[in-house]
Amino acid sequence: MHGFFASPAVQLGAGIGAAVAIVAATLGVFTVIRSQAFAGESMGDIGTAGGAGAYLLSVGPVLGFAAATTAAAAIMELLGVQRARGRDLVTGVVLGAGFALSALLLYVATTDNTTSGTTSTVMFGSLFALRSSDLALTLSLAAIALGVTLALFRPLLLASTDTDLAAAQGLPLRLLGFAYLLALAIAVALAALTVGSILSTALLVGPAATALKLTDRPLRAVVYASVIGIGAVWLGLVLAYDSYDWPPAHHGWPASFFIVALVLCAYLAGGGWRRWADRRAA
Amino acid sequence: MTATLNPSPVKADPALRVAEASVQIGQRRILDEVSFELTPGTVTGLIGANGAGKTTLLRAILGRQALSRGQIAKHGRIGYVPQKFLLDPDMPLRGRDLVGLGLDGRRFGLPLPSKAKAARVEEALRQVDAQSFADTRVGRLSGGEQQRILLAHALISQPRLLLLDEPLANLDLRSAKEVVTLLSRLAAEHELGVLISAHELNQLLPVMGQVVYLADGRAISGSTDEVIRADVLSLLYRHHVDVLHVHGRVVVVAGEGDQVLS
Repeated sequence: MHGFFASPAVQLGAGIGAAVAIVAATLGVFTVIRSQAFAGESMGDIGTAGGAGAYLLSVGPVLGFAAATTAAAAIMELLGVQRARGRDLVTGVVLGAGFALSALLLYVATTDNTTSGTTSTVMFGSLFALRSSDLALTLSLAAIALGVTLALFRPLLLASTDTDLAAAQGLPLRLLGFAYLLALAIAVALAALTVGSILSTALLVGPAATALKLTDRPLRAVVYASVIGIGAVWLGLVLAYDSYDWPPAHHGWPASFFIVALVLCAYLAGGGWRRWADRRAA
Repeated sequence: MTATLNPSPVKADPALRVAEASVQIGQRRILDEVSFELTPGTVTGLIGANGAGKTTLLRAILGRQALSRGQIAKHGRIGYVPQKFLLDPDMPLRGRDLVGLGLDGRRFGLPLPSKAKAARVEEALRQVDAQSFADTRVGRLSGGEQQRILLAHALISQPRLLLLDEPLANLDLRSAKEVVTLLSRLAAEHELGVLISAHELNQLLPVMGQVVYLADGRAISGSTDEVIRADVLSLLYRHHVDVLHVHGRVVVVAGEGDQVLS
């Protein structure tokens, strides 16, 4: 285990992973409150195409994911996904188109010998394979998404609670919704970088949903979700590092598996705690 | 069509002035040249059956529904209490937090604890007698409790105008009476123009200084004695209606007597 902390790949993974966990958890709280987990999931899936495209163009995966999820956010805004709740059909159709593009790009990428691990990396992430050249862009994006969300915390919270109440206070609902979608796009892109595009929703929604079981207060929910997210990412890294000695292949298990499994365990434990606390209060 | 009977002498600065407001959606006229004013310190009942246009009028006042004709002039802040408020019981928002958002929901930055803010929230909760359940998640409160929290949320920003969409619809008679008394007291204490929509006017009769009666998008406004009369309402409904007084209650029925209108 002493090799673990000395490894530059682990240090980079742990650093980026923590930043990503905080952003995902913060946006996740609003995503759960706004019941827009499906929008987050769709962005992650469309992000797959961006991740695959980035490999083909030999640019950093962060750039690919972020470009694709931001485009997805713009499309959702144009289609008015937020204004008419339940436009799941439209989202679903766009989602299908995104997957088709992903299939094409991944096919092209994997038939090229030099990028054979692409599919797995894009869809399921690879925390140990992060490049230090991605660090600056990743942290900048994280700072933007977090900055926007925390600056708009109260207006977003009110608009997410009830649009009529927010309108009575004169809040620009459409602008707020779009700012949230853009921040969500960044959060999903970052989550895709760490746990993969397919599993990004787990990191987005899981810690947030757990935190909402633990506290009655919105700001505390953000803090708890961040702590849960960081805990899952770091513990997942340790387990993934340790798993190099595990059967069957002695290649190590993917970190994203451990992270998502830990998030699920936290959620189940949070639910159990809530039921216990409610029973005690009753 | 709007008629204001015996226009009262013009008082300075109404909290709200609606002038010939019309809303047309497709071929349907939802509101037809509605005009009235709200006087600070009085309770006005916005009375009409379902579909008469009450909610559209409230949405127009809030700025969420564009007018096809006419104007709505507002002075000062608007406090709004919606009718339906469906909040997930899992939403991490206590009554106290929602009231706080009424004060600083427009501000940038995080809601960090502040003594001055906590005191104002406490005061707003006290005014509506909601202190005992202010620490429970809003989604877990009863309809009447949520309404009080929403009222405190509206009051804390010190509005000049308070709009309530069917606040009595889901309350039992005793709670409805309490809410009506509370609103009347708040209107007088804070010089508030209070507009309460309702499909039934009897609960509001004791406190109503003015009534805006809506039927098929048309409105007539004035004091209750001026408006709740057979000849006036017949003109509004465009067919004969009777106004019956039964044990201190008012019943509006269609001419043949087989349809109770309000």
